[in-house]
Amino acid sequence: MPPTALLEQATRHLALRARWRPLEYAFWLAALASVFLFPGRHLILTEIAWLALFALSLDLILGYAGIISLGHAAFFGLGSYAAALLAKHEIINEPVAALFVSGLAAAVLGFATSFLVLRGSDLTRLMVTLGIALIMREIANQIPELTGGADGLQGVVIAPILGTFQLDIFGHVGYVYCLSVLFVLFLLARRVVCSPFGLSLRAVKGNPLRSASIGISVNARLVAIYTFAAFYAGVAGALLAQTTAFASLDVFSLERSADLLLVLIIGGTGYLYGGLVGAVAFKFIQDALATFDPQYWQYWIGLLLVLLVLFGRIYGGVIAAAVFGVSYWLRLSFFECALILLAVGAGYRHIRGWLDRLDARVLEFIRGARSARAALLQRRP
Amino acid sequence: MLTILFDGVAYGMLLFVLACGLSVTLGLMNFVNLAHGAFAMAGGYVTLLLVNRAGVPFFAGLAVAFLVTALIGLLFERTLYVHVYAKNHLEQVLFTIGLVFMSVAAVDHVMGSQQVFINIPSVLQGQIQIFGVGIGRYRLLIIVICGLLTLGLQLILSGTRFGSRLRASVDDARVAGGLGINVNAVFSLTFAFGSGLAGLGGALGAEILGLDPTFPLKYLVYFLIVVTVGGTSSITGPFVASLLIGIADVAGKYYVPKFGAFVIYTIMIVVLILRPQGLFARAAGK
Repeated sequence: MPPTALLEQATRHLALRARWRPLEYAFWLAALASVFLFPGRHLILTEIAWLALFALSLDLILGYAGIISLGHAAFFGLGSYAAALLAKHEIINEPVAALFVSGLAAAVLGFATSFLVLRGSDLTRLMVTLGIALIMREIANQIPELTGGADGLQGVVIAPILGTFQLDIFGHVGYVYCLSVLFVLFLLARRVVCSPFGLSLRAVKGNPLRSASIGISVNARLVAIYTFAAFYAGVAGALLAQTTAFASLDVFSLERSADLLLVLIIGGTGYLYGGLVGAVAFKFIQDALATFDPQYWQYWIGLLLVLLVLFGRIYGGVIAAAVFGVSYWLRLSFFECALILLAVGAGYRHIRGWLDRLDARVLEFIRGARSARAALLQRRP
Repeated sequence: MLTILFDGVAYGMLLFVLACGLSVTLGLMNFVNLAHGAFAMAGGYVTLLLVNRAGVPFFAGLAVAFLVTALIGLLFERTLYVHVYAKNHLEQVLFTIGLVFMSVAAVDHVMGSQQVFINIPSVLQGQIQIFGVGIGRYRLLIIVICGLLTLGLQLILSGTRFGSRLRASVDDARVAGGLGINVNAVFSLTFAFGSGLAGLGGALGAEILGLDPTFPLKYLVYFLIVVTVGGTSSITGPFVASLLIGIADVAGKYYVPKFGAFVIYTIMIVVLILRPQGLFARAAGK
């Protein structure tokens, strides 16, 4: 094939991939509708919005570049403290500008640490990212005169957004603000992953050695996407700080990074919406569990994680719900519940086989329905 | 000065006993077990129940902690972990973090969230003076027990048939399997033994490290640092790494308390920059 034709084909292919699908319109229309439909729940929706942005950031490096990180909270936390400090000391009053600067601060950290992340295997990456988050936490802890130490940074006053919209205690303005930021940054991320650059990232994720041999500069691309994702995480953290007018050491915690991974696992990686859908699902699950079992909701989150990994997203969720229901109904203790888990594990192969047969049935049914529909359509004149 | 060195060595030895199981499972199955600390915590609480509530002698409590934790490890390995080996690292991480969350909440529920202490016999309390250096008796005990364990482990690994099977499996599991070694059985045994050691370490270390339901999360980082710094190809690497981390941590907290926790993280990052596979990795990795 001559080069121009090849180029044309590639461009067409990329354009086809970048096309907006009906479901995507539906998703964003639903997000817009949520502003008007649930005015009483804007506070939790705000949390969902910045969590979604945070998850989107992790998806960029995990789903597209294949970098496992257990310390993404480092950037989130830095962005959070940066935004709170900028507002508190009235360095940059206008929130949107402060948001951008906080994101940039996180991006600088991301760029500096990306060279550490390039090296070594998955385990080394896990450790290095975790270590960076812990060091950040320790720094914030050790300079209480600037960060407030373990008490958190208090006395932050956020100026009106764009000079006109003052944040209110019901979170109405905050939600619209977070949602708009999420949407704009989502558009940018979508543009990036649908570009040739995004495609080359996928190649790197698939096989770094081969991508290098077809002329992709692997390291440069990983550094670029890591920095870019750090910017996103910083903005997400800044959104948290601005909407709550507070920043605390908790933003750097391991639990935050682990919860983030759970969000992505619920939503799925590598198609951008995973983080968004996952954030919605995670917040609702967390909210429901926290109302139901305020003290030990982490137990159920843990159970959900284990079962999701064992049985996949759908069946894992169903089995977790079943175990949860049974233990609630019979008022089982945690250890009896853990025994159920062990029993499920012991019968794993049987359950797996049974689920596979169920899958096959469902597929067969769908295929049958499709062919029946096709036959019906053909019979019509 | 010497006292600090001594405390550091005791701390490092303890870390080694806690983390060596993790290093072997990681090297053997390429499996990231973040829930390793949960087994250590289990050992600690088993000893606590036995010694404080049932009045079992301290040393018997330690032995039972080892056995019980090894059994729990075997049970979990056979029923749950075995299905996750084939999955990717991300899923392994999530799976084991899930187990950590569950163990933290369950222990919190049953034992309460406060920090607990195991009653140690009065013989082991206090200090003795050797050449003018104050030495904690309990720390001396830790060094003796952990030193003997390390020696024993080294002998098992280098001298016995099981040890050579294990080393063969770590080097190349597929070829070892091809030679008729039942790698899965070797792995189960090793996992159980490693968990048992962690349990013993948790029980021994309750006095120094403290014991509360968040133990697995608090010390997870230390275990992982030991493993990543030491490499996973032998137990010498983690041993040296443990001593290094132990001494650096104690000395750092004593001399520069303001930078206490930075010291070990910095060591880890410097080592990983210079030698991404750990201090003692072989040149040709798999």
